[in-house]
Amino acid sequence: MANNLGLAVKPVTEYAEEEVKKVCEWINTEEYKEKNFARQALVINPAHACQPVGAELVAHGFEQTLPMVHGSQGCASYFRSTLNRHFREPAPAVSSAMTEDGAVFGGQNNLFEALENAYVLYKPKMISIFTSCMPEIIGDDLTAFIKNARQKGHIPQDFPLPYAHTSSFNGCHIHGYDAMLLSILQYLTGGKQIEGRCTGKLNFIAGFDVNTGNYREYKRIFKEFGIPYTFLADISDSFDSPCDGVYRPYPGGTRLDDAADSINGKVTMTVGPYATTKTFGWIKDNYSGKHVSLPTPFGIAKTDAFVMKLAELFGKPVPESIKAERGSAVDAMTDAHQYVHGKKFAVYGDPDYLLGYISFLLEMGAKPYHILCSKGSKKLEKEIQALLDTSPYGKDGKIYINKDLWHMRSLCITDPVDAIIGDTHGKFVARDAGIPLFRFGFPIFDRVNLHRHPLIGYQGVINMVSAICNKFIDIVDETCDDRHFEMMR
Amino acid sequence: MRQIAIYGKGGIGKSTTTQNTVAGLASLGKKVMIVGCDPKADSTRLMLHAKAQATVMDLVRERGTVEDLELDDVLKTGYGDVRCVESGGPEPGVGCAGRGVITAINFLEENGAYTPDLDFVFYDVLGDVVCGGFAMPIRENKAEEIYIVVSGEMMAMYAANNIAKGILKYATSGKVRLGGLICNSRNTDKEAELIEALAAKLGTQMIHFVPRDNQVQRAELRRMTVIEYSPDHQQATEYRELARKISENKMLVVPNPLTMDELEDLLMEFGIIDADDENVGKAEAAVSS
Repeated sequence: MANNLGLAVKPVTEYAEEEVKKVCEWINTEEYKEKNFARQALVINPAHACQPVGAELVAHGFEQTLPMVHGSQGCASYFRSTLNRHFREPAPAVSSAMTEDGAVFGGQNNLFEALENAYVLYKPKMISIFTSCMPEIIGDDLTAFIKNARQKGHIPQDFPLPYAHTSSFNGCHIHGYDAMLLSILQYLTGGKQIEGRCTGKLNFIAGFDVNTGNYREYKRIFKEFGIPYTFLADISDSFDSPCDGVYRPYPGGTRLDDAADSINGKVTMTVGPYATTKTFGWIKDNYSGKHVSLPTPFGIAKTDAFVMKLAELFGKPVPESIKAERGSAVDAMTDAHQYVHGKKFAVYGDPDYLLGYISFLLEMGAKPYHILCSKGSKKLEKEIQALLDTSPYGKDGKIYINKDLWHMRSLCITDPVDAIIGDTHGKFVARDAGIPLFRFGFPIFDRVNLHRHPLIGYQGVINMVSAICNKFIDIVDETCDDRHFEMMR
Repeated sequence: MRQIAIYGKGGIGKSTTTQNTVAGLASLGKKVMIVGCDPKADSTRLMLHAKAQATVMDLVRERGTVEDLELDDVLKTGYGDVRCVESGGPEPGVGCAGRGVITAINFLEENGAYTPDLDFVFYDVLGDVVCGGFAMPIRENKAEEIYIVVSGEMMAMYAANNIAKGILKYATSGKVRLGGLICNSRNTDKEAELIEALAAKLGTQMIHFVPRDNQVQRAELRRMTVIEYSPDHQQATEYRELARKISENKMLVVPNPLTMDELEDLLMEFGIIDADDENVGKAEAAVSS
């Protein structure tokens, strides 16, 4: 055997062609599926990232805030490149660069130096610290380290340093998002609650949402209503800023003053309940005003609930423009329903998004069939089941909690579906099963600009309907006989 | 709620002392929880009359994730309505026991084990403050009060001094303080005086001298504290006295650890080591010839 330079290469292992073919067929069988589902010790292609990815995302959502990984550099590169590849934008973050000696002696000195350097070099207004695995295993005590850093003058006494423990071996990106957001809000709002003060504003938390189009859509809806708002962790400009030749390290984010004053808000709302469990729990106990948790507004029913709740909370009628949009969305669904009606879908992703896909599909008369979450809970399973039970199209849906995309492959091969909704990691399943993949989740590494197309609200309904139905029509055009190749579809 | 951590050299009697003291506090009508922070999981045996069957880490190992655990699975009620939980940990020689302690305590906190009706939480911690994990019980918002179990043996005192160094480190950034030394007697020479002197040097007190008594053994064989096994025995009175002293203790200090030389001088002062030991001379002569 020769490599591409023409040099002789001895293969390490060699398999007969028939053997390879045999295995390729075997992994498509029911027998293999059973073995696959009996698998315990190994996870193959999970559909979730680790906690610090979520922590870094939320840190980017605040004004002039530098995310700092307390841990090793390689971890920091992974978090940055995950965000950077999804948005195709820089994700500036630093690390305390722990090495072997840090693992033995603890990371306090690394953190001291990192704080000093970052403060001088990058001139942030706030540094959000979160951890990778190493300091978590050795038990680094961030509370004490940060106190010491202030006492010893490595960082000014009053410089904002929220911090979160975000070990990758627990939870996933949505939990890191929750932990970091909680710490930032606790820090910024400390001592800012004023008896009798009300900002009159809506504090809005999107949850782990990496679609900048969604953020702009939420803002547009608030504007149509005339509701003043503070987005808590606004990443829209941080990861979607104009290219004008000037590099800005901190292009967007929620103003720190606004975030601090959010504790005196009129209403605080989360639309990502699974990604903000702890934050919202704390808000309920500490924030003034009303506290509302709603599902992410995917599809008509959930968007209706969202819009009506805004109207109720702020005593404003639903704007005519929004009503008209709803009409357009319903029209788009009606015009397109025949292309999707009765079609089976495999869906996977984060809990909040997953629930959204399912509501939307049920509304379209499509069947959510294989439903998978690689980091879920019994509570999620119950909630999905309850949602499936609301529609006859949900009765065939089966839920797989804490399974991975290799399980999903077995499901899609042995019990075929028409399409799969998820993120880039599903492309292998889609290819092997010969079905289209709709990239609505996180991360999207292999398509451009999808994060600019909103999926929430009535506009999101139109976008999802168009993406899905047009793809199905494309497939018909690409695969039909000549005599069935029609102008009209 | 007062949170108290018990440290001391391995085998010094931390678990026995902790459980007997807690039984004493319970008999004073206090609501107490014991958190065993030792992979051997023997911190609650005398309260539960059995070795804890399900430690936090046992169940994590069985179920693969801490997220599937419920508080009721690991929190058991023992003698005197004392709530008992063991962190557990890996088998000897593998994994990371320190992380086990962190995981277990985080679990207890997140699942509401620290209820406001508790008067005391006791952490019975393995040996020395060997790493970040075993310092978890003395982090901010955890134990602010430490008692070190010690005896008149040199290595026990050496360990106590080392623990004092650990406390000093945490005391600079947190609220943790040393409450005193508990002398668990080994019947060594001038033991009480020696520990009193060590306490004085450290800037603390010997809060109680627990005499050696075989009744402790007898009770232990029956998986009970002395207080439960023989409440009228003199040894039960000693433990109740210790419990009362801890309950009323106001002397919480940042310790002032000794150097190795100072510690040796102290032992010489009490005649444990002779300054002119003729055996040393003989041994040196034997080596040089």
